[in-house]
Amino acid sequence: MARKSEIMKKSVGIDYSIFESGSIAFDYERMMKETGYSLQEIEEIQKQTSVGSTPLYELKNITKLVRKFSSPGKGARIFIKDEACNPSGSFKARRAATSVYHAQKLGYKGVIAATSGNYGAAVASQAAMRGLKCIIVQECYDSRGVGQPEIIEKARACEAYGAEVVQLTVGPELFYSFLLLLEETGYFNASLYTPFGIAGVETLGYELSMDFRQREGKDPDVVVITNAGGGNLTGTARGLIKAGAFDTKIVGASVNLEGLHMASDEQFNKKSFTTGHTGFGIPFATWPDRSDVPRSAARPLRYMDRYVTVNQGSVFYMTELLAQVEGLERGPAGNTALAAAFSIAQELDEDKIIVVQETEYTGAGKHILPQLTFAKENGIELIIGDPKEEIPGKNIILPKNPGYMHTTEIDLDKIKRSYIKNCIANYKVETVTENDLEFLAQDTKSSKEYVINVLKDLNVNVER
Amino acid sequence: MDAKKGDWVRIHNIILTPDKRASNLPEDTRKVPLEMWDKGFLLNEEANIGQEVEIETYIGRRVTGILVEINPYWGHDFGKCVPEILYIGRQARALLKEGEDIE
Repeated sequence: MARKSEIMKKSVGIDYSIFESGSIAFDYERMMKETGYSLQEIEEIQKQTSVGSTPLYELKNITKLVRKFSSPGKGARIFIKDEACNPSGSFKARRAATSVYHAQKLGYKGVIAATSGNYGAAVASQAAMRGLKCIIVQECYDSRGVGQPEIIEKARACEAYGAEVVQLTVGPELFYSFLLLLEETGYFNASLYTPFGIAGVETLGYELSMDFRQREGKDPDVVVITNAGGGNLTGTARGLIKAGAFDTKIVGASVNLEGLHMASDEQFNKKSFTTGHTGFGIPFATWPDRSDVPRSAARPLRYMDRYVTVNQGSVFYMTELLAQVEGLERGPAGNTALAAAFSIAQELDEDKIIVVQETEYTGAGKHILPQLTFAKENGIELIIGDPKEEIPGKNIILPKNPGYMHTTEIDLDKIKRSYIKNCIANYKVETVTENDLEFLAQDTKSSKEYVINVLKDLNVNVER
Repeated sequence: MDAKKGDWVRIHNIILTPDKRASNLPEDTRKVPLEMWDKGFLLNEEANIGQEVEIETYIGRRVTGILVEINPYWGHDFGKCVPEILYIGRQARALLKEGEDIE
Protein backbone atom coordinates (compact mmCIF):
# COMPACT_ATOMS: atom_id res chain seq x y z
CA MET A 1 0.00 0.00 0.00
CA ALA A 2 1.50 3.26 -1.19
CA ARG A 3 0.07 5.34 1.66
CA LYS A 4 1.74 3.11 4.26
CA SER A 5 4.52 5.42 5.43
CA GLU A 6 2.21 8.44 5.52
CA ILE A 7 -0.38 6.57 7.64
CA MET A 8 2.36 5.28 9.91
CA LYS A 9 3.85 8.73 10.49
CA LYS A 10 0.45 10.18 11.38
CA SER A 11 -0.47 7.30 13.65
CA VAL A 12 2.66 7.19 15.83
CA GLY A 13 3.54 10.88 15.74
CA ILE A 14 7.20 10.10 15.04
CA ASP A 15 9.14 11.15 11.99
CA TYR A 16 11.63 8.31 11.87
CA SER A 17 13.53 9.91 8.99
CA ILE A 18 15.31 12.34 11.32
CA PHE A 19 17.16 9.45 12.98
CA GLU A 20 18.17 7.85 9.68
CA SER A 21 21.68 7.97 8.20
CA GLY A 22 20.61 7.00 4.71
CA SER A 23 22.31 3.67 5.15
CA ILE A 24 22.07 0.79 7.64
CA ALA A 25 22.77 2.87 10.73
CA PHE A 26 20.22 4.97 12.58
CA ASP A 27 20.58 6.85 15.84
CA TYR A 28 18.91 4.41 18.23
CA GLU A 29 19.79 6.17 21.46
CA ARG A 30 18.66 9.53 20.11
CA MET A 31 15.35 7.99 19.03
CA MET A 32 14.88 6.52 22.52
CA LYS A 33 15.78 9.83 24.14
CA GLU A 34 13.89 12.31 22.01
CA THR A 35 10.67 10.45 21.52
CA GLY A 36 10.59 8.52 24.75
CA TYR A 37 10.43 9.68 28.33
CA SER A 38 12.99 9.58 31.12
CA LEU A 39 12.81 6.62 33.45
CA GLN A 40 11.55 8.88 36.24
CA GLU A 41 8.79 10.26 34.02
CA ILE A 42 7.72 6.77 33.07
CA GLU A 43 7.61 5.70 36.71
CA GLU A 44 5.28 8.65 37.32
CA ILE A 45 3.11 7.82 34.29
CA GLN A 46 2.84 4.17 35.35
CA LYS A 47 2.01 5.12 38.94
CA GLN A 48 -0.98 7.11 37.67
CA THR A 49 -2.61 3.86 36.56
CA SER A 50 -1.11 1.60 39.27
CA VAL A 51 1.27 -0.18 36.92
CA GLY A 52 4.55 -1.63 38.21
CA SER A 53 6.08 -2.11 41.67
CA THR A 54 5.10 -5.77 41.46
CA PRO A 55 6.06 -8.30 44.15
CA LEU A 56 9.17 -10.44 44.02
CA TYR A 57 9.01 -14.04 45.27
CA GLU A 58 11.82 -16.41 46.06
CA LEU A 59 10.81 -19.83 44.70
CA LYS A 60 12.28 -21.84 47.56
CA ASN A 61 10.72 -25.19 46.74
CA ILE A 62 11.60 -24.98 43.07
CA THR A 63 15.17 -24.05 44.03
CA LYS A 64 15.23 -27.06 46.34
CA LEU A 65 14.13 -29.27 43.44
CA VAL A 66 16.85 -27.76 41.23
CA ARG A 67 19.48 -28.71 43.81
CA LYS A 68 18.31 -32.31 43.82
CA PHE A 69 19.46 -32.55 40.22
CA SER A 70 22.59 -30.37 40.50
CA SER A 71 26.21 -31.22 41.35
CA PRO A 72 27.15 -30.44 44.98
CA GLY A 73 27.41 -26.69 45.59
CA LYS A 74 25.40 -25.88 42.46
CA GLY A 75 21.80 -24.72 42.12
CA ALA A 76 21.23 -20.97 42.11
CA ARG A 77 18.35 -19.37 44.01
CA ILE A 78 15.39 -18.75 41.68
CA PHE A 79 13.17 -15.67 42.05
CA ILE A 80 10.15 -14.55 40.09
CA LYS A 81 8.72 -11.06 39.57
CA ASP A 82 4.95 -11.34 39.72
CA GLU A 83 3.98 -9.15 36.81
CA ALA A 84 0.52 -10.74 36.79
CA CYS A 85 -0.20 -8.20 39.56
CA ASN A 86 -0.34 -5.40 36.98
CA PRO A 87 -3.84 -4.04 36.17
CA SER A 88 -4.32 -6.13 32.99
CA GLY A 89 -2.51 -9.17 34.38
CA SER A 90 0.87 -9.01 32.66
CA PHE A 91 4.03 -6.90 32.19
CA LYS A 92 2.48 -5.60 28.99
CA ALA A 93 0.64 -3.02 31.11
CA ARG A 94 4.02 -1.26 31.42
CA ARG A 95 4.32 -1.08 27.66
CA ALA A 96 0.74 0.04 27.15
CA ALA A 97 0.84 2.63 29.95
CA THR A 98 3.40 4.85 28.21
CA SER A 99 1.85 4.42 24.74
CA VAL A 100 -1.66 5.26 25.87
CA TYR A 101 -0.44 8.18 28.01
CA HIS A 102 1.43 9.52 25.00
CA ALA A 103 -1.61 9.09 22.72
CA GLN A 104 -3.74 11.01 25.20
CA LYS A 105 -1.15 13.77 25.55
CA LEU A 106 -1.01 14.23 21.78
CA GLY A 107 -4.80 14.46 21.63
CA TYR A 108 -5.62 11.22 19.84
CA LYS A 109 -9.22 10.04 20.41
CA GLY A 110 -8.31 6.38 20.46
CA VAL A 111 -5.62 3.74 20.17
CA ILE A 112 -5.24 0.70 17.93
CA ALA A 113 -2.98 -2.27 18.42
CA ALA A 114 -2.48 -5.39 16.33
CA THR A 115 -1.95 -8.20 18.83
CA SER A 116 -3.41 -11.55 19.79
CA GLY A 117 -1.66 -11.54 23.15
CA ASN A 118 -1.56 -9.88 26.56
CA TYR A 119 -0.67 -6.57 24.96
CA GLY A 120 -4.22 -6.19 23.63
CA ALA A 121 -5.72 -6.49 27.08
CA ALA A 122 -3.08 -4.09 28.39
CA VAL A 123 -3.85 -1.40 25.79
CA ALA A 124 -7.60 -1.85 26.28
CA SER A 125 -7.23 -1.59 30.06
CA GLN A 126 -5.04 1.53 29.90
CA ALA A 127 -7.37 3.10 27.32
CA ALA A 128 -10.33 2.45 29.65
CA MET A 129 -8.48 4.20 32.50
CA ARG A 130 -7.67 7.22 30.36
CA GLY A 131 -11.06 7.41 28.62
CA LEU A 132 -9.73 6.66 25.14
CA LYS A 133 -11.38 4.44 22.56
CA CYS A 134 -9.62 1.23 21.65
CA ILE A 135 -9.55 -1.23 18.76
CA ILE A 136 -7.60 -4.48 18.97
CA VAL A 137 -6.91 -6.42 15.77
CA GLN A 138 -6.29 -10.12 16.33
CA GLU A 139 -5.10 -13.02 14.22
CA CYS A 140 -7.48 -15.44 15.86
CA TYR A 141 -8.96 -18.27 13.77
CA ASP A 142 -7.98 -20.82 11.18
CA SER A 143 -10.14 -21.32 8.07
CA ARG A 144 -12.43 -23.66 10.03
CA GLY A 145 -13.19 -20.78 12.40
CA VAL A 146 -11.34 -22.57 15.22
CA GLY A 147 -9.29 -20.39 17.56
CA GLN A 148 -6.67 -20.97 20.24
CA PRO A 149 -8.38 -20.75 23.66
CA GLU A 150 -5.63 -18.38 24.78
CA ILE A 151 -6.42 -15.90 21.98
CA ILE A 152 -10.19 -16.20 22.48
CA GLU A 153 -9.69 -15.39 26.15
CA LYS A 154 -7.70 -12.31 25.17
CA ALA A 155 -10.53 -11.15 22.93
CA ARG A 156 -12.90 -11.55 25.86
CA ALA A 157 -10.61 -9.53 28.14
CA CYS A 158 -10.32 -6.72 25.57
CA GLU A 159 -14.10 -6.56 25.26
CA ALA A 160 -14.41 -6.53 29.02
CA TYR A 161 -12.35 -3.31 28.98
CA GLY A 162 -14.71 -1.79 26.39
CA ALA A 163 -12.55 -2.28 23.32
CA GLU A 164 -13.72 -3.28 19.85
CA VAL A 165 -12.05 -6.53 18.82
CA VAL A 166 -11.57 -7.19 15.11
CA GLN A 167 -10.83 -10.88 14.63
CA LEU A 168 -9.16 -12.25 11.52
CA THR A 169 -8.06 -15.58 10.13
CA VAL A 170 -4.40 -16.50 9.70
CA GLY A 171 -2.20 -14.38 7.49
CA PRO A 172 0.22 -11.45 7.46
CA GLU A 173 -2.32 -9.37 5.50
CA LEU A 174 -3.65 -8.48 8.94
CA PHE A 175 -1.28 -5.55 8.61
CA TYR A 176 -3.32 -4.28 5.66
CA SER A 177 -6.56 -4.31 7.69
CA PHE A 178 -4.67 -2.64 10.51
CA LEU A 179 -3.49 0.19 8.25
CA LEU A 180 -7.01 0.71 6.90
CA LEU A 181 -8.32 1.04 10.45
CA LEU A 182 -5.59 3.55 11.34
CA GLU A 183 -6.49 5.57 8.26
CA GLU A 184 -10.24 5.39 8.88
CA THR A 185 -10.14 6.33 12.57
CA GLY A 186 -7.04 8.52 12.86
CA TYR A 187 -6.27 6.75 16.13
CA PHE A 188 -2.80 6.32 17.62
CA ASN A 189 -0.84 3.23 16.63
CA ALA A 190 0.00 1.73 20.03
CA SER A 191 2.65 -0.42 18.41
CA LEU A 192 4.64 -2.77 20.61
CA TYR A 193 7.78 -1.47 18.96
CA THR A 194 7.74 2.30 19.45
CA PRO A 195 10.21 3.93 21.86
CA PHE A 196 7.29 4.53 24.29
CA GLY A 197 6.47 0.86 24.47
CA ILE A 198 10.03 -0.27 25.03
CA ALA A 199 10.82 2.53 27.47
CA GLY A 200 7.79 1.35 29.45
CA VAL A 201 9.53 -1.95 30.17
CA GLU A 202 12.68 -0.23 31.41
CA THR A 203 11.03 0.30 34.79
CA LEU A 204 10.83 -3.50 35.13
CA GLY A 205 14.60 -3.92 34.78
CA TYR A 206 15.20 -0.95 37.05
CA GLU A 207 12.85 -2.32 39.73
CA LEU A 208 14.62 -5.68 39.62
CA SER A 209 17.94 -4.08 40.42
CA MET A 210 16.45 -1.93 43.22
CA ASP A 211 14.48 -4.87 44.66
CA PHE A 212 17.59 -7.05 44.90
CA ARG A 213 19.90 -4.36 46.21
CA GLN A 214 17.44 -3.75 49.00
CA ARG A 215 16.73 -7.42 49.68
CA GLU A 216 20.06 -9.15 49.01
CA GLY A 217 22.52 -6.27 48.83
CA LYS A 218 23.44 -7.00 45.23
CA ASP A 219 22.11 -7.12 41.70
CA PRO A 220 20.80 -10.42 40.32
CA ASP A 221 23.43 -12.53 38.57
CA VAL A 222 21.21 -13.74 35.75
CA VAL A 223 17.86 -12.50 34.44
CA VAL A 224 15.97 -14.91 32.20
CA ILE A 225 13.48 -13.28 29.85
CA THR A 226 10.86 -14.89 27.64
CA ASN A 227 11.64 -13.67 24.14
CA ALA A 228 9.27 -13.11 21.23
CA GLY A 229 9.41 -9.74 19.47
CA GLY A 230 12.34 -8.65 21.63
CA GLY A 231 10.70 -5.79 23.53
CA ASN A 232 10.55 -7.53 26.87
CA LEU A 233 14.24 -8.34 26.72
CA THR A 234 15.30 -4.95 25.33
CA GLY A 235 13.34 -2.92 27.87
CA THR A 236 14.34 -5.03 30.86
CA ALA A 237 18.02 -4.98 29.89
CA ARG A 238 17.97 -1.22 29.34
CA GLY A 239 16.38 -0.72 32.75
CA LEU A 240 19.05 -2.86 34.41
CA ILE A 241 21.76 -0.82 32.66
CA LYS A 242 20.10 2.43 33.78
CA ALA A 243 20.24 1.10 37.34
CA GLY A 244 23.94 0.38 36.89
CA ALA A 245 23.55 -3.41 36.99
CA PHE A 246 26.25 -3.90 34.37
CA ASP A 247 27.29 -7.40 35.46
CA THR A 248 23.84 -8.97 35.29
CA LYS A 249 23.71 -11.54 32.48
CA ILE A 250 20.73 -11.38 30.14
CA VAL A 251 19.39 -14.71 28.91
CA GLY A 252 16.58 -14.91 26.35
CA ALA A 253 14.32 -17.97 26.34
CA SER A 254 11.78 -19.06 23.71
CA VAL A 255 9.54 -22.08 23.29
CA ASN A 256 10.88 -24.22 20.48
CA LEU A 257 8.36 -24.35 17.62
CA GLU A 258 10.86 -25.32 14.94
CA GLY A 259 9.22 -26.75 11.84
CA LEU A 260 5.90 -24.93 12.23
CA HIS A 261 5.19 -22.15 9.74
CA MET A 262 3.64 -19.14 11.45
CA ALA A 263 1.54 -18.12 8.43
CA SER A 264 0.21 -21.63 7.79
CA ASP A 265 -3.53 -22.04 8.14
CA GLU A 266 -3.25 -25.76 8.88
CA GLN A 267 -0.42 -25.41 11.41
CA PHE A 268 -1.93 -22.40 13.21
CA ASN A 269 -3.68 -24.57 15.78
CA LYS A 270 -0.95 -27.19 16.00
CA LYS A 271 1.08 -24.98 18.30
CA SER A 272 0.27 -24.62 21.97
CA PHE A 273 1.96 -21.25 22.48
CA THR A 274 0.86 -18.08 20.77
CA THR A 275 3.81 -16.01 21.98
CA GLY A 276 7.25 -16.38 23.51
CA HIS A 277 8.19 -18.90 20.84
CA THR A 278 10.89 -19.22 18.20
CA GLY A 279 8.39 -18.35 15.44
CA PHE A 280 8.67 -14.76 16.66
CA GLY A 281 11.96 -14.92 18.56
CA ILE A 282 14.24 -15.87 15.69
CA PRO A 283 12.80 -13.69 12.89
CA PHE A 284 12.57 -10.64 15.16
CA ALA A 285 16.14 -11.11 16.43
CA THR A 286 17.54 -11.51 12.94
CA TRP A 287 15.42 -8.69 11.52
CA PRO A 288 13.82 -6.43 14.18
CA ASP A 289 12.65 -3.86 11.63
CA ARG A 290 10.08 -6.30 10.29
CA SER A 291 7.72 -4.81 12.90
CA ASP A 292 4.85 -2.37 12.28
CA VAL A 293 7.04 0.74 12.65
CA PRO A 294 9.94 1.76 10.37
CA ARG A 295 12.60 1.35 13.07
CA SER A 296 11.87 -0.98 15.94
CA ALA A 297 12.88 0.12 19.42
CA ALA A 298 13.08 -3.58 20.36
CA ARG A 299 16.57 -4.75 19.43
CA PRO A 300 17.26 -7.89 21.48
CA LEU A 301 20.69 -8.68 20.02
CA ARG A 302 22.00 -5.43 21.54
CA TYR A 303 21.50 -6.85 25.01
CA MET A 304 21.37 -10.63 24.86
CA ASP A 305 24.25 -12.63 26.38
CA ARG A 306 22.73 -16.01 25.71
CA TYR A 307 19.64 -17.41 23.97
CA VAL A 308 18.07 -20.77 24.81
CA THR A 309 14.97 -22.72 23.86
CA VAL A 310 12.74 -25.01 25.91
CA ASN A 311 10.09 -27.42 24.67
CA GLN A 312 6.34 -26.86 25.07
CA GLY A 313 5.94 -29.74 27.53
CA SER A 314 8.51 -28.28 29.93
CA VAL A 315 6.66 -24.96 30.08
CA PHE A 316 3.36 -26.68 30.87
CA TYR A 317 5.18 -28.80 33.44
CA MET A 318 6.70 -25.71 35.13
CA THR A 319 3.31 -23.99 35.15
CA GLU A 320 1.84 -26.93 37.06
CA LEU A 321 4.89 -27.07 39.35
CA LEU A 322 4.64 -23.34 40.15
CA ALA A 323 1.06 -23.87 41.30
CA GLN A 324 1.70 -27.16 43.12
CA VAL A 325 4.82 -26.35 45.13
CA GLU A 326 4.92 -22.55 45.21
CA GLY A 327 1.20 -21.84 45.45
CA LEU A 328 1.21 -19.50 42.46
CA GLU A 329 -1.32 -20.27 39.75
CA ARG A 330 -0.23 -18.30 36.69
CA GLY A 331 -0.61 -18.53 32.91
CA PRO A 332 1.73 -20.76 30.90
CA ALA A 333 3.23 -18.24 28.45
CA GLY A 334 5.07 -16.31 31.16
CA ASN A 335 6.65 -19.50 32.42
CA THR A 336 8.86 -20.09 29.38
CA ALA A 337 11.70 -18.28 31.13
CA LEU A 338 10.98 -20.22 34.33
CA ALA A 339 11.44 -23.55 32.54
CA ALA A 340 14.78 -22.27 31.20
CA ALA A 341 15.78 -20.96 34.64
CA PHE A 342 15.24 -24.39 36.18
CA SER A 343 17.92 -25.79 33.92
CA ILE A 344 20.30 -22.79 33.96
CA ALA A 345 20.22 -22.64 37.79
CA GLN A 346 21.85 -26.07 37.84
CA GLU A 347 24.98 -24.63 36.18
CA LEU A 348 25.38 -21.85 38.76
CA ASP A 349 26.72 -21.85 42.35
CA GLU A 350 24.22 -21.97 45.20
CA ASP A 351 24.84 -18.35 46.23
CA LYS A 352 23.99 -17.00 42.77
CA ILE A 353 20.64 -15.38 42.01
CA ILE A 354 18.62 -16.08 38.90
CA VAL A 355 15.45 -14.11 38.23
CA VAL A 356 12.50 -14.84 36.01
CA GLN A 357 11.15 -11.35 35.38
CA GLU A 358 7.48 -11.98 34.61
CA THR A 359 4.35 -13.98 35.24
CA GLU A 360 0.98 -13.56 33.52
CA TYR A 361 -2.60 -13.99 34.72
CA THR A 362 -4.44 -17.25 34.28
CA GLY A 363 -8.11 -17.94 33.58
CA ALA A 364 -10.49 -19.76 31.24
CA GLY A 365 -8.64 -20.49 28.00
CA LYS A 366 -5.36 -19.25 29.37
CA HIS A 367 -4.45 -22.16 31.55
CA ILE A 368 -2.72 -25.50 31.00
CA LEU A 369 -5.95 -27.53 31.07
CA PRO A 370 -7.77 -25.77 28.19
CA GLN A 371 -4.53 -25.42 26.25
CA LEU A 372 -3.67 -29.11 26.58
CA THR A 373 -7.29 -30.10 25.89
CA PHE A 374 -7.16 -27.99 22.74
CA ALA A 375 -3.84 -29.55 21.69
CA LYS A 376 -5.29 -33.05 22.03
CA GLU A 377 -8.40 -32.06 20.07
CA ASN A 378 -6.13 -30.86 17.29
CA GLY A 379 -4.35 -34.18 17.04
CA ILE A 380 -1.33 -33.44 19.21
CA GLU A 381 -0.15 -36.37 21.31
CA LEU A 382 0.57 -35.68 24.99
CA ILE A 383 3.40 -37.84 26.32
CA ILE A 384 5.28 -38.12 29.61
CA GLY A 385 8.91 -38.78 28.74
CA ASP A 386 12.04 -37.08 27.50
CA PRO A 387 11.39 -33.51 26.27
CA LYS A 388 14.34 -33.82 23.89
CA GLU A 389 12.14 -36.02 21.73
CA GLU A 390 9.33 -33.50 21.35
CA ILE A 391 8.34 -32.68 17.75
CA PRO A 392 6.40 -29.37 17.57
CA GLY A 393 3.07 -29.85 15.84
CA LYS A 394 3.11 -33.60 16.48
CA ASN A 395 3.48 -34.08 20.22
CA ILE A 396 4.00 -32.36 23.56
CA ILE A 397 6.37 -34.12 25.94
CA LEU A 398 6.15 -33.47 29.69
CA PRO A 399 9.45 -34.24 31.47
CA LYS A 400 9.02 -37.50 33.40
CA ASN A 401 10.78 -35.92 36.37
CA PRO A 402 12.43 -32.53 37.01
CA GLY A 403 15.80 -34.01 36.01
CA TYR A 404 14.59 -34.18 32.43
CA MET A 405 14.13 -30.41 32.14
CA HIS A 406 16.72 -28.98 29.79
CA THR A 407 17.48 -26.03 27.55
CA THR A 408 18.94 -26.02 24.06
CA GLU A 409 21.45 -23.30 23.15
CA ILE A 410 20.76 -21.12 20.14
CA ASP A 411 24.01 -20.22 18.42
CA LEU A 412 24.08 -16.43 18.93
CA ASP A 413 26.96 -16.07 16.49
CA LYS A 414 24.76 -17.52 13.77
CA ILE A 415 21.88 -15.21 14.71
CA LYS A 416 24.15 -12.15 14.65
CA ARG A 417 25.55 -13.11 11.26
CA SER A 418 22.05 -13.56 9.95
CA TYR A 419 21.06 -10.13 11.26
CA ILE A 420 24.02 -8.45 9.57
CA LYS A 421 23.23 -10.29 6.36
CA ASN A 422 19.62 -9.09 6.51
CA CYS A 423 20.78 -5.48 7.02
CA ILE A 424 22.92 -5.69 3.89
CA ALA A 425 20.12 -7.30 1.86
CA ASN A 426 17.26 -5.08 3.06
CA TYR A 427 19.13 -1.78 2.71
CA LYS A 428 20.76 -2.96 -0.54
CA VAL A 429 24.13 -1.76 0.67
CA GLU A 430 27.28 -2.34 -1.35
CA THR A 431 29.68 -0.46 0.88
CA VAL A 432 29.36 -0.26 4.63
CA THR A 433 30.30 3.07 6.22
CA GLU A 434 32.22 3.61 9.46
CA ASN A 435 28.93 4.76 10.96
CA ASP A 436 27.23 1.51 9.89
CA LEU A 437 30.09 -0.48 11.33
CA GLU A 438 29.71 1.13 14.74
CA PHE A 439 25.94 0.67 14.62
CA LEU A 440 26.18 -3.02 13.67
CA ALA A 441 28.73 -3.64 16.42
CA GLN A 442 26.34 -2.09 18.96
CA ASP A 443 23.28 -3.78 17.51
CA THR A 444 24.95 -7.20 17.82
CA LYS A 445 26.71 -6.57 21.15
CA SER A 446 30.00 -7.35 19.44
CA SER A 447 32.95 -5.36 18.09
CA LYS A 448 33.83 -3.65 14.83
CA GLU A 449 36.35 -6.41 14.20
CA TYR A 450 33.60 -8.99 14.53
CA VAL A 451 31.37 -7.11 12.06
CA ILE A 452 34.26 -6.64 9.60
CA ASN A 453 34.90 -10.38 9.63
CA VAL A 454 31.23 -11.17 8.98
CA LEU A 455 31.16 -8.61 6.15
CA LYS A 456 34.27 -10.16 4.64
CA ASP A 457 32.45 -13.50 4.49
CA LEU A 458 29.56 -11.73 2.77
CA ASN A 459 31.95 -10.05 0.28
CA VAL A 460 30.82 -6.57 1.35
CA ASN A 461 33.24 -3.64 1.16
CA VAL A 462 33.98 -1.50 4.17
CA GLU A 463 34.63 2.20 3.67
CA ARG A 464 37.67 2.98 5.81
CA MET B 1 -36.93 -12.23 11.85
CA ASP B 2 -33.85 -13.20 13.86
CA ALA B 3 -32.70 -9.80 15.11
CA LYS B 4 -34.09 -6.30 15.56
CA LYS B 5 -32.53 -2.85 15.75
CA GLY B 6 -30.25 -2.41 18.77
CA ASP B 7 -29.55 -6.13 19.26
CA TRP B 8 -25.92 -7.06 20.04
CA VAL B 9 -24.74 -9.13 17.08
CA ARG B 10 -21.72 -10.62 15.40
CA ILE B 11 -20.94 -10.13 11.73
CA HIS B 12 -18.58 -11.81 9.29
CA ASN B 13 -16.78 -10.56 6.20
CA ILE B 14 -14.42 -11.89 3.56
CA ILE B 15 -11.56 -9.38 3.45
CA LEU B 16 -9.57 -11.04 0.69
CA THR B 17 -10.65 -13.86 -1.60
CA PRO B 18 -7.98 -16.54 -2.24
CA ASP B 19 -6.95 -14.96 -5.57
CA LYS B 20 -6.26 -11.61 -3.85
CA ARG B 21 -4.05 -13.02 -1.08
CA ALA B 22 -0.37 -12.20 -0.66
CA SER B 23 1.90 -14.25 -2.91
CA ASN B 24 4.43 -15.18 -0.22
CA LEU B 25 1.98 -17.28 1.83
CA PRO B 26 2.23 -21.01 2.42
CA GLU B 27 0.15 -23.02 -0.05
CA ASP B 28 -2.56 -23.97 2.49
CA THR B 29 -3.16 -20.36 3.54
CA ARG B 30 -3.31 -19.08 -0.03
CA LYS B 31 -6.10 -21.53 -0.79
CA VAL B 32 -8.46 -19.95 1.76
CA PRO B 33 -9.89 -16.43 2.09
CA LEU B 34 -8.88 -13.88 4.74
CA GLU B 35 -11.94 -13.61 6.96
CA MET B 36 -13.00 -11.11 9.61
CA TRP B 37 -15.46 -11.03 12.51
CA ASP B 38 -16.65 -8.03 14.51
CA LYS B 39 -19.46 -7.23 16.93
CA GLY B 40 -21.85 -4.36 17.45
CA PHE B 41 -25.42 -3.09 17.81
CA LEU B 42 -27.64 -3.81 14.79
CA LEU B 43 -28.58 -0.66 12.88
CA ASN B 44 -31.06 -2.29 10.49
CA GLU B 45 -34.70 -2.27 11.65
CA GLU B 46 -34.66 -6.06 11.46
CA ALA B 47 -32.52 -8.79 9.93
CA ASN B 48 -32.09 -12.52 9.50
CA ILE B 49 -28.94 -14.56 9.90
CA GLY B 50 -27.07 -14.67 6.58
CA GLN B 51 -28.21 -11.18 5.53
CA GLU B 52 -25.90 -8.23 4.98
CA VAL B 53 -26.36 -5.76 7.82
CA GLU B 54 -24.82 -2.64 9.31
CA ILE B 55 -23.70 -2.43 12.92
CA GLU B 56 -22.35 0.18 15.30
CA THR B 57 -19.40 -1.30 17.20
CA TYR B 58 -18.95 -0.77 20.94
CA ILE B 59 -16.69 2.23 20.32
CA GLY B 60 -19.08 3.68 17.72
CA ARG B 61 -17.65 2.63 14.37
CA ARG B 62 -20.04 1.61 11.56
CA VAL B 63 -19.26 -1.66 9.84
CA THR B 64 -21.21 -3.80 7.37
CA GLY B 65 -21.09 -7.56 7.11
CA ILE B 66 -23.07 -10.77 7.09
CA LEU B 67 -25.08 -11.37 10.27
CA VAL B 68 -23.89 -14.63 11.86
CA GLU B 69 -24.86 -14.53 15.55
CA ILE B 70 -27.17 -12.73 17.95
CA ASN B 71 -26.12 -12.13 21.55
CA PRO B 72 -22.74 -13.80 20.88
CA TYR B 73 -21.00 -15.20 23.95
CA TRP B 74 -17.63 -16.68 24.82
CA GLY B 75 -17.55 -20.45 24.97
CA HIS B 76 -13.98 -21.00 26.09
CA ASP B 77 -13.52 -22.70 29.43
CA PHE B 78 -11.07 -24.49 31.74
CA GLY B 79 -10.78 -27.49 29.44
CA LYS B 80 -11.31 -31.14 30.18
CA CYS B 81 -9.55 -33.34 32.68
CA VAL B 82 -5.98 -33.94 31.51
CA PRO B 83 -4.94 -36.99 33.54
CA GLU B 84 -1.38 -36.85 32.15
CA ILE B 85 -0.49 -33.86 34.35
CA LEU B 86 -1.65 -35.37 37.63
CA TYR B 87 1.77 -36.87 38.51
CA ILE B 88 3.54 -33.52 38.54
CA GLY B 89 2.50 -32.18 41.94
CA ARG B 90 2.64 -35.51 43.78
CA GLN B 91 6.04 -36.41 42.39
CA ALA B 92 7.49 -32.97 43.21
CA ARG B 93 6.06 -33.05 46.75
CA ALA B 94 7.53 -36.51 47.30
CA LEU B 95 10.94 -35.34 46.04
CA LEU B 96 10.86 -32.32 48.36
CA LYS B 97 9.94 -34.44 51.38
CA GLU B 98 12.64 -36.99 50.64
CA GLY B 99 15.13 -34.08 50.65
CA GLU B 100 14.13 -33.11 54.17
CA ASP B 101 14.91 -36.61 55.42
CA ILE B 102 18.37 -36.54 53.86
CA GLU B 103 19.16 -33.12 55.27
